Amino acid sequence: MKVKPVNHAKAAEVFLQDEPHLKFHDERLWDMRQKRDQQMHILPEWQELRARASEIKEHTLAHLPEYLEQFEANAKKNGIHVHWAADAGEHNRIAGEILEKHRAKSLIKSKSMVTEECDMRGYLEPRGITVTETDLGERIQQLDNQMPSHVVVPAVHKLIPDVAKVFAENYQTDPNERDPHALAEAQREAARPVILSADAGMTGGNFLVAETGTFVVCTNEGNADLSSTVTGLHIATLGIERIIPRMADLGVFVRLLSRSALGSPITQYTTHFRGPQKGGEMHVILVDNGRSQRLGMDDFWTSLKCIRCGACMNTCPVYRRSGGLSYGAVYSGPIGSILDPTFNERKYSTLPFASTMNGSCTNVCPVKINIHEQLYKWRRVLAEHHEIPFVKRELMRMAGRIMGKPVLYRAAINSTNAALGNLPRVALYNWMNPWGKNRELPPAAKQSFHSWYKENRLKKEKA
Amino acid sequence: MKIGLFIPCYIDAFYPGAGIATLELLEKLGQDVDYPLNQTCCGQPMANSGCNSDAAGAEDLFVKNFAQYDVIVMPSGSCAHHVRDNFDAIPQSEAVTHVRQNTYELVEFLHDVLKVDAFPWAEFPHRVGLHNSCGTLRSLRTASMSELGEPFFSKPMDLLQKVKGISFAKPSRPDECCGFGGTFSVTEEAVSARMGLDKVTDHYNAGAEYIVSADTSCMMHQEGCAKRAAVPVRFIHIAEILNGARS
Repeated sequence: MKVKPVNHAKAAEVFLQDEPHLKFHDERLWDMRQKRDQQMHILPEWQELRARASEIKEHTLAHLPEYLEQFEANAKKNGIHVHWAADAGEHNRIAGEILEKHRAKSLIKSKSMVTEECDMRGYLEPRGITVTETDLGERIQQLDNQMPSHVVVPAVHKLIPDVAKVFAENYQTDPNERDPHALAEAQREAARPVILSADAGMTGGNFLVAETGTFVVCTNEGNADLSSTVTGLHIATLGIERIIPRMADLGVFVRLLSRSALGSPITQYTTHFRGPQKGGEMHVILVDNGRSQRLGMDDFWTSLKCIRCGACMNTCPVYRRSGGLSYGAVYSGPIGSILDPTFNERKYSTLPFASTMNGSCTNVCPVKINIHEQLYKWRRVLAEHHEIPFVKRELMRMAGRIMGKPVLYRAAINSTNAALGNLPRVALYNWMNPWGKNRELPPAAKQSFHSWYKENRLKKEKA
Repeated sequence: MKIGLFIPCYIDAFYPGAGIATLELLEKLGQDVDYPLNQTCCGQPMANSGCNSDAAGAEDLFVKNFAQYDVIVMPSGSCAHHVRDNFDAIPQSEAVTHVRQNTYELVEFLHDVLKVDAFPWAEFPHRVGLHNSCGTLRSLRTASMSELGEPFFSKPMDLLQKVKGISFAKPSRPDECCGFGGTFSVTEEAVSARMGLDKVTDHYNAGAEYIVSADTSCMMHQEGCAKRAAVPVRFIHIAEILNGARS
């Protein structure tokens, strides 16, 4: 079956029609960007930290097998069960088997982009396992049956009335509730009994430390700590690129992570998991799911440095005006647009074009991923693989031919100006001209620069 | 020093005034400037669309037209960025390397090479909002960017401050992209137009009578958005102000 490319432009157009949502989304994320800037200005060593973080990640990725094996050996010594998942299917099967062994029917979990990537809920729920997201934003998205629209603030595209509606449908609260504290309280009251009676807990994770065989989870709500500890059974799922060599390296990333993400100095909770509770069990699933393949891509492997802070999304003027869901993928925004095509080249072929390549993303990235340059390179790859629309392909071929021949070029310039000057408005502004939908065309010039130059410089020289 | 002047297609066709001002300004500064008549395009539109091989004809012709000059100057940041940083659809011969290494956007040429310290003929009694295109800001680095937290610098501002009577509006998001983005302006029409409208509104709310830029392509887009939404702000290329335009 032929996969259809995501229509980001269309989804964005719909998003833009709703002024209150657009305004809130743009301003909320821009506020996060500004708070990030304030934190940057407080730390004179900011650029040094970015450079160091990038170096550590590049070094680690260059020695990925060794560090992963070191982690595995040390984690086992700590009493942690370590599993390797080559792809999403294997990840879900491993998680399912652990739960089945413990006859677990209710799983509570904190936010994890990897489980979204693997569509784990879609695998476990038909098998009779209830999965409850404990992160507030993620829970809202789960109840609304939507993907997270942002890696850090998954429901940032929703306004209070949207949340009130979702909660009213699921928690029988007042649909006209407008107090965010009351809504948060409703979630707390609904979630606590589920958490306390759950059979198993799951978390994502931010860092695997090779030398200690431990891992670190950073959250702001404390829900990961609840999810990991109340049941005695803790499963943690992390991508293999999450590894860092030493505990001493961790400080570099912890200092950058929350400052880049939310503009706060540190997350409320930075929890080090060192082994199972007394009488409990701890599992770590190390997920590849395309990462090894990405590591082998000359132009794109450094995207594996990503620490999922979302700073590129917050600063992206396109993301702020189109919303995360418009990308139709687990990972949205600038980082999503360079990661997603590695999962499915055709489906996400439109995303590297959903950018002006302005480069703001690259310059806020705490691990210095050259995001906008990778967007540019993806466009080339997609054109070479015939994954760009036929019309665009042919237009560029034609433009290339005209631009290579001065005679054709002159004719095109003159006829464009003649058209702008002479054609009636209805001929210029119609469905064939997307430029003119919300914009006026440039004015017709009386004379091109070329002909002005011939008249005013060359004739003079001859005279 | 023999200068080859490159005038990008949209300036040639729609905004010849910006091209004329560039030429006259360089002449006023005593420069020896040539405009090769067979020039077309730098290849950027094809390359930015991913169709890099389709840029080969334009790039080849560009080198044929300009290899004989000591420097190539153009009133466009995005074209200069393409030539300098991405111009690789053709084999990188000595001539290609010469062209790429000696290409300048107008502002950086005036500021860094000619080191112009006065424009005695220039007077612009208006409040202007400066728009740095993303190409000049984050690739050519003619101004500091807010993302890096570096000390403030701005080559276009340095030049404009030498103009009598000019004053500056301070938009709230000076570094935000205006949404032109080449073919993006058409393939992502809705987002592009909204970004453009937000940009001109930001300048207008800050009190700008004019938006001034070293990139006409951004301004062509912004002007279209401003006109449609009736935001009463005008547009002018930096070369025109430095060349002595009064309005």
